[in-house]
Amino acid sequence: MNCIIIDDEATARAIISQLCSNVDSLNVLEEFPNAIQAIKFLNQNPVDLIFLDIHMPEFTGFDFIETIKNPPKIILTTSDANFAIQAFEYECIVDYLVKPITLERFQKAIQKAESVLTKVAEPIVSEKEVATSGNHLYINIDRRLIKIDIPSIYLIEAKGDYIQVKTEDKNYTVHSTLKKIHEKLPEDLFLKVHRSFIINIKKIVDIEDNSVLIKKDVIPVSRSNRPELMKRLNLL
Amino acid sequence: MEQEQPNLSYIHNMSGGDKAFEQKLIDIIKLEFPQEKEVYYDNLVAKNFKQTAENVHKLKHKISILGLEKSYEIAVAFEENLLEGRTDLFQQFESILNTITNYLQKI
Repeated sequence: MNCIIIDDEATARAIISQLCSNVDSLNVLEEFPNAIQAIKFLNQNPVDLIFLDIHMPEFTGFDFIETIKNPPKIILTTSDANFAIQAFEYECIVDYLVKPITLERFQKAIQKAESVLTKVAEPIVSEKEVATSGNHLYINIDRRLIKIDIPSIYLIEAKGDYIQVKTEDKNYTVHSTLKKIHEKLPEDLFLKVHRSFIINIKKIVDIEDNSVLIKKDVIPVSRSNRPELMKRLNLL
Repeated sequence: MEQEQPNLSYIHNMSGGDKAFEQKLIDIIKLEFPQEKEVYYDNLVAKNFKQTAENVHKLKHKISILGLEKSYEIAVAFEENLLEGRTDLFQQFESILNTITNYLQKI
């Protein structure tokens, strides 16, 4: 599980990070002293889990939850047990850790998070995390089928058990595989250029020896996929 | 009443024997505690009690990390005091801060 830590107290961040390092399945991507910085990060980087402090100046943990769309799963960390009832009004919150956090209690919270994330990852529409209809694609995110205009997709990246679908308007993270989504996309428009990337050929800005620039993303092109890419381009 | 003394039991327990981490955490506390204390005093002097309560809330974590259980209860009560605009427990809280300050200078 990719996670981030948001806490204005350096001591708390260090403790949570250390506790995370004892769990093989946890990968701490970043630590943030305030929620605003974390929001910017989340716009570009999907995460599975957030350790979130409630008491932070100016922008509290609850402000943060209210602000982000489709929040990932969250474990609240706080020195105040009084917010527990309020905390569980949010579906994204899987547990509530009162500081100082003990190793035993932390491990229990991680088990809860893993259990919840496994359930979320189960497809609601069988074998249809990704389904197409005409020029549109429906992706299943947190039990909602979201409609995406296929030509607006410019990049799809594999991220572990998930794929990130980048469109002109928004990025989506969905529990699926590159292979599954590739089968749903029009062949003339999309090409797998690397084991982790599918690109929209029409969105290519430029090409170098072993990479392509798609919007602002530099994407590697594997040697085996380069001939097909070159064949599909309208070369002078 | 004799002031209870800080200890490193929590840090030892959660570190899993990682001595480098223990030292790193102590260094962070040594750096962060005086800063938090200073902000607390600034807000207290300015009679900005809501902010002062926030500062006490933040300091509570370090009080608990250093194993000061009774002091933690005083901090909880003082935080509530401040939110009601009262400073009844100021001196007791000050004594806790002094104890921690002295302890951090020794370790």
